[in-house]
Amino acid sequence: MYSILAVDDSASMRQMVSFTLKNAGFNVVEAVDGQDAFEKANSRDFNLVLTDQNMPRMDGIGLTRKLRENPKFKATPILILTTESSDQMKQAGRAAGATGWLVKPFDPAKLIEVIGKVIR
Amino acid sequence: MSATTPNSASADAGIDLSQFYQVFFEEAGENLATMEQMLLSIDLTAADDEELNAIFRCAHSVKGGAATFGFADVAALTHQMETLLDKLRRHELEPNAGMVDVLLAAGDALRAQLARHQSGGEGQSIDTADLLVRIKAFVEGHAPPMATATSAQAPAAKAAAASPQPAVDAGMRLLELTVGPLDKPEQANSLVELFAEIPDLGTIEPLDAGRDADGMRRFKLVTSSSDDDLLDLFTFHVAREHVKLGALTAGYGFHSGAPGAPAAESAADANPGFGFFDDAPGAPSSAALTAAAPSPATAATATSASPGAGPETPRAAAKPEAKPAAPGADTTLRVSIDKVDQLINLVGELVITQAMLAQNSKGADGGLSQQMAAGLTDLERNTRDLQEAVMSIRMIPMSLVFSRFPRMLRDLAGKLDKKVELLQVGEATELDKGMVEKITDPLTHLVRNSCDHGIELPAERLAKGKPEHGTITLAASHQGGSIVIEVRDDGKGLNRATLLRKAREKGIDAPDSMTDGEVWSLIFAPGFSTAEVVTDVSGRGVGMDVVKKNITALGGTVEIDSAEGYGMSVKVRLPLTLAIMDGMSVGVGSECYILPLGSVIESFQVQADTIKSMGGDGRVVQVRDEYMPVLHLERVFDVPRLGTANTTNNIMVVVEAEGGRVALLVDELLGQQQVVVKNLEANYRRVPDVSGATIMGDGRVALILDTAALVRRSRH
Repeated sequence: MYSILAVDDSASMRQMVSFTLKNAGFNVVEAVDGQDAFEKANSRDFNLVLTDQNMPRMDGIGLTRKLRENPKFKATPILILTTESSDQMKQAGRAAGATGWLVKPFDPAKLIEVIGKVIR
Repeated sequence: MSATTPNSASADAGIDLSQFYQVFFEEAGENLATMEQMLLSIDLTAADDEELNAIFRCAHSVKGGAATFGFADVAALTHQMETLLDKLRRHELEPNAGMVDVLLAAGDALRAQLARHQSGGEGQSIDTADLLVRIKAFVEGHAPPMATATSAQAPAAKAAAASPQPAVDAGMRLLELTVGPLDKPEQANSLVELFAEIPDLGTIEPLDAGRDADGMRRFKLVTSSSDDDLLDLFTFHVAREHVKLGALTAGYGFHSGAPGAPAAESAADANPGFGFFDDAPGAPSSAALTAAAPSPATAATATSASPGAGPETPRAAAKPEAKPAAPGADTTLRVSIDKVDQLINLVGELVITQAMLAQNSKGADGGLSQQMAAGLTDLERNTRDLQEAVMSIRMIPMSLVFSRFPRMLRDLAGKLDKKVELLQVGEATELDKGMVEKITDPLTHLVRNSCDHGIELPAERLAKGKPEHGTITLAASHQGGSIVIEVRDDGKGLNRATLLRKAREKGIDAPDSMTDGEVWSLIFAPGFSTAEVVTDVSGRGVGMDVVKKNITALGGTVEIDSAEGYGMSVKVRLPLTLAIMDGMSVGVGSECYILPLGSVIESFQVQADTIKSMGGDGRVVQVRDEYMPVLHLERVFDVPRLGTANTTNNIMVVVEAEGGRVALLVDELLGQQQVVVKNLEANYRRVPDVSGATIMGDGRVALILDTAALVRRSRH
């Protein structure tokens, strides 16, 4: 069973993402911000990290950077959920080492579809 | 739960999003409250970056949720707020009072919108057109920096009122418009002008700041028009084949070559809204990619790519890390209040069972084995601890009540042209949730009163040698088993002569010999208002008498202190919880009654001859210099007397309530104890002179007496 780390500071978004992923048969661990996610990521393995961008303490791009420093997460897909679809944001994601992005709001089926492309 | 069925793209996803609405509503409410608090405390001349960021995040979070769950009207308004806040946090604009006003008003409108969705979308939608225009004016930098407090009120009031022609409603859609490739990218600007010319069309704003490298221009539309209507309209300016409309929700993407990115999707910009990065770790492998760089090399590429960014990035990431840890959202748990109440009830039953066990063990023949006795002692201690712990679940900090006042005072002071500062002391003091809900209205009234009647106009204050700013202090503290909440102001205080004159005008008996305390208490008399002019702020007839009544109903008391010219203070003293109270148990015949300990003044033995008749059934007793009405509890409750033993009840307990005293005649004093209050009304029906019931240690039911009702009874 694939494990996904779902990171969002908003409880409703977290619940929604988590529910959608669990429904699709994934194992989900939730984190409330980048810092929390980073700590959780260090204590176990994940097949994919799905993170919000704008969060207190550490944002999604910051988290991506930190994760990529750890050899364990060199090849793990990291998707950033963002309300911005600007090039600037995309380039920042790319520079940090993100695998891809997904614009919020998204529909749950789309989320599963996108994840299906990177986890097989 | 019922909520509007929003036209979300998720509707066909097979997942019912409505199950997440409740969490979203609660979360949005918290975010709005936090935003309001921060907006009120912000220092406009030296706004902290972290503060601006935090305010931005609140709006951002609400917007994200609203868009996801399909509340388009909420999303549209928060989007506009977010745009303004984004410019503020980037220092592209300087914050000013007008912005704070409009953001506060927008917060009000959002609350109204959320409340409407929460109640199933009934009633008229909220008109936010005016707000959107005003925020936009700030965003574009051509709004007056100072808006008056009254103008800030208008949209809020308007937002609450039903509007015949809602400009933004749940029928609005968020769309992404892609235009191009165009020979001249400026051509797309005519579409923007179109939206400016046709007010009902909705709003348009460029995505990617209109600078996408691929020659395509992208815009975000908020509109209620259909795709066909829009395309027909756009044809006049841009050829139809160059215009594409899509749901903004479609977006995701991969960066080509990124680890894990699927090959087919790697041409990122082909599908706006999502993408994989070419060389990023985890991007899905593809035939093309595998040929160029086999899987292990993908990781290697990423590794080799990161050193370039490496030295810069950790430092950038270190900054947010250094911030003080925010309280983790997963350290709290939301449970329904019913579950907590059930727990409290069960613990109450457990306390009774424990008390019964303890009582029975005392009567056991030959005593108990030592182990059994030790076990019972442990049980007693654990039960007490458990009870305390469970009760503490319901305790919430006073800051939840206090937090509404800064905003209220700001609006109020603006309306009255007064300058008022609010000081809060002891806002961490905890109080039972049920109590907090009931004390909010009386406290609101007291704070309003202080601002309206207490604090003088700035000129008047200066003339008196006082600082221009009046101060209202809200202070909460624990004192013994009660909580004391004080509302204090440094305004004009009460005037003895005015109060006496008013009281006499109202036909209240007010002799000159009254002590100051008694004179101040006159403001609690029904219909008494000291305001020269009845304003719409306070003094609407529901005055201090209602405040006092509500507080008394909670088992609390109110004290007033005042110094003319220097201000006044109203102290509200409340029990910590309504579920447990300290009681004095008294015996009448074979019955046992509980008196709230707080209302018991004294108790003593009386000789039958000191009780004097006063015509009819009236009886009075002389206690020191004072005559007091006497009530025989035996007669009040028709307690049956079995046998002829001791028919004279000669113990007298003096209780005080609502400013009056009455002496109750009982057979014996049984003791003082904490009792778990059971609501009689909910379980049986309302009984006169009784406020509730409890179960005693021996399993008997004892009625808790309503001392206020007994005092009223004695007056008749």
